Amino acid sequence: MGDVMLAQFLQFLFSGITVGATYALAALGFTLIYNASNVINFAQGEFIMLGGMLAVFFTQAGLPFPLALTLAILVPAIIGVLLEKLAIEPVKGAETVTLIIITIGASLVIRGLIQVWLGKGTHSLPAFSGDVPIEILGATLMPQSLWVLGVTAVVVVALWYFFNRTLHGKAMLATSFNRAAAELVGINTSWVLFMSFAMSAALGALGGILVTPITLTSYDVGIMLGLKGFVAAVVGGLGNGLGAVLGGLLVGILEAMGAGYISSAYKDAIPFVLILLMLFFMPRGLFGGKSTDRV
Amino acid sequence: MALLEVKQLSIQFEGVKAVQNVSFSIEAGIVYAVIGPNGAGKTTLFNLITGVYTPTSGEIKLDGESIQGKAPNELARRGVARTFQNLQICMNMSALENVMVGAHLRLDRNPFKAALRLPSITRRDAELRTESAELMRFVGLEAYIDARADSMPYGALKRLEIARALALKPRIIFLDEPAAGLNPKETIEVDALVRKVADSGVTVVLVEHDMKMVMNLSDRILVLDYGRKLAEGTGEEVRRNPDVIAAYLGTHA
Amino acid sequence: MKKNTYTGLYIVIAILVVLPFVLPNGFYMDLAIRMAINAVIALGLNLLIGFAGQISMGHAGFLGIGAYASAVLPTHFGWHPLLAMGAGALVTGLLAAVLARPIFKLKGHYLAMATLGLGIIINIVLRTEGALTGGPDGMPVPALGLMGFELSSDKHWYWVVALLLSVSVWASLNLIDSPFGRALRALHGSEVASQVAGVDVVRYKVSIFVISAVFASLMGSVTAHYVGFVTPNFADFFHSIELVTMVVIGGMASVFGSLVGAVLLTALPQALATFEGWETVAFGTILMICMIFMPRGLVPTLAAKFGKGA
Repeated sequence: MGDVMLAQFLQFLFSGITVGATYALAALGFTLIYNASNVINFAQGEFIMLGGMLAVFFTQAGLPFPLALTLAILVPAIIGVLLEKLAIEPVKGAETVTLIIITIGASLVIRGLIQVWLGKGTHSLPAFSGDVPIEILGATLMPQSLWVLGVTAVVVVALWYFFNRTLHGKAMLATSFNRAAAELVGINTSWVLFMSFAMSAALGALGGILVTPITLTSYDVGIMLGLKGFVAAVVGGLGNGLGAVLGGLLVGILEAMGAGYISSAYKDAIPFVLILLMLFFMPRGLFGGKSTDRV
Repeated sequence: MALLEVKQLSIQFEGVKAVQNVSFSIEAGIVYAVIGPNGAGKTTLFNLITGVYTPTSGEIKLDGESIQGKAPNELARRGVARTFQNLQICMNMSALENVMVGAHLRLDRNPFKAALRLPSITRRDAELRTESAELMRFVGLEAYIDARADSMPYGALKRLEIARALALKPRIIFLDEPAAGLNPKETIEVDALVRKVADSGVTVVLVEHDMKMVMNLSDRILVLDYGRKLAEGTGEEVRRNPDVIAAYLGTHA
Repeated sequence: MKKNTYTGLYIVIAILVVLPFVLPNGFYMDLAIRMAINAVIALGLNLLIGFAGQISMGHAGFLGIGAYASAVLPTHFGWHPLLAMGAGALVTGLLAAVLARPIFKLKGHYLAMATLGLGIIINIVLRTEGALTGGPDGMPVPALGLMGFELSSDKHWYWVVALLLSVSVWASLNLIDSPFGRALRALHGSEVASQVAGVDVVRYKVSIFVISAVFASLMGSVTAHYVGFVTPNFADFFHSIELVTMVVIGGMASVFGSLVGAVLLTALPQALATFEGWETVAFGTILMICMIFMPRGLVPTLAAKFGKGA
């Protein structure tokens, strides 16, 4: 009896961590952009969608797998930069509502274009190293999950290194703390903005690619993934990178556990109930987040 | 009993002790100035007394009632008004409306009556409009009575804030650097205005860097330095205080 | 603000009175009714977004509560439709009040997040509780009637909605130029300033949020009765965004801007209906272009242009 319960628990845990890693990458994307520009980029989810959909497209077009994947990360990054240059920079200093609507508009444009170009069908990618499930204590773990977790972990470590050990990364961090001061010491804050959108899009796209073999992709997966990634960022503390990652994992796990143990019909509601609870009891998130006060 | 009594007031932000154990009292009807070098904690002190910050320790009493930690809108209800160093004007409204907002507490704020345009509301509003126009004349802004706030020059806006504060019909008004950013001519005008306000019976507490203005206007002066009280007294007393001279007046007179 | 802003109201009333005689057929009548309904919703939302400077990213959720109250309570529990409408409004009001108080004590983007979460949760509940709500396919809504007289013909609906719209515009104009309205606008202009003037900022934000939500709930019920059918899409994120867009594009803090926004955004999906994916692209592009080049919204931007020219 205990074995079955353990197996069940592990099963939920595995699926939770897997999707949680995608949320974590999305949350990191939100955090990067928020830190660089105080904008909450509601188009983030569409970058996730783009990663998966473009990977499918490029693979089906005959490109070798690694190239297809690379392009599926580069193209969204370029789109992210375009978004920043064309839609965000021109309205620097606009009201929050305005910026939110602009990014929502952008997400609609991206989604609409993909819908027109690639249709409304659902697609999949082959799993990177086969579909033979791995058995662990009665639960099954897909090899693709290991890819998801592994790559995410590598990315997180790489980002940590970038932000804490390289000059460029530190410049970005400095800008997020105090833009004016950063400019005064010669940091090119436009470049920082540019980079954060590019990186954010790339992270999202990567997450989308990694998880497509498991959860499939289609033109409208971006909405929910983006929103949940946003929840994860808030849970971790908006503006905090480590928080984003842990927030993502937490949201994923809670979602899976809730779906498994309480009600699978309400699976999608769980992250949003979580955000409401967080806002009531721990508005700054797990790790404090950035204060938006400016008295 | 003094109108305002401050006892051992302190506030700490993380490691910074912005205000430390400051005590003083202000009698009703006088002009009281708070001076000190930049960073001395003057605006912080104002923020503490007007409810924007909550002190870490100490007491503030208005007319015998403890008010530390009360929200600004509650203090407004007790007749405390203030202006801001960095203008806080509602640019989305007209000049007149900005002043009318100051009288907020004296009006019926019921939304349902307002939506139905009951005569009691419109009548009071018309009265308030006249009253606010009068206030604008009082502070020297007749030229801008029909203007939008976002079309007015800086100097005019500073006076608009004072008009708004007066619309509250306050007992005590805190003016945070009313002459900041003004040219010499405008400064003289503000000086005269502050005198006018004080003469109308309102207790005036003033933060100012312009020493001539401070010496001209004030009945008593508090000198702060690094968050602590350095000296207190009349203009003459403060002027001659060696600590004050050493810390501050030497470079500014 | 000049007196006699009722000129705009008179123009609106004039248009409303003339319109039925000018419209060619039932399709346009239906469109006009929908525009008017959306205009009222946009007005309520504008009080929150434009005047008080807050945001709601889940307003369609409140519409949904009203709509489904009007569907579920009479159908499954035999309630009178008007009573159901009131119940929907009451539940919405309570929900909004409970949510708003803790949220408004925080600063920044928190309200956006909270309303987003709430809207989505409401949508999911409506979608999932099939037994009560008919699930994703929705359910029919009984006709609205009073003492034997049932409101069913388009012509009757038109006049009811036209009256609602006129009253809403009138009430909004009154509200804006009143102590309450000024306090709201001051809140938007400078929270600190309004505080020292005595405005209890949190209480005002909560009030306007609740008012705006209840408005939405009532209009949700009206829509439900008019259309005769309700689906969870009525309460989804996209609809919430459409509503915010109406307000923002028309012009925040502009009563007539909300009307313009509602008219445009009700007509647009109709015009683009055949283009599916392109509809989404067009919608998104319009949003972006409007917000980048006319952040104040259509009506205020045009008004400023003509004001300068005059």
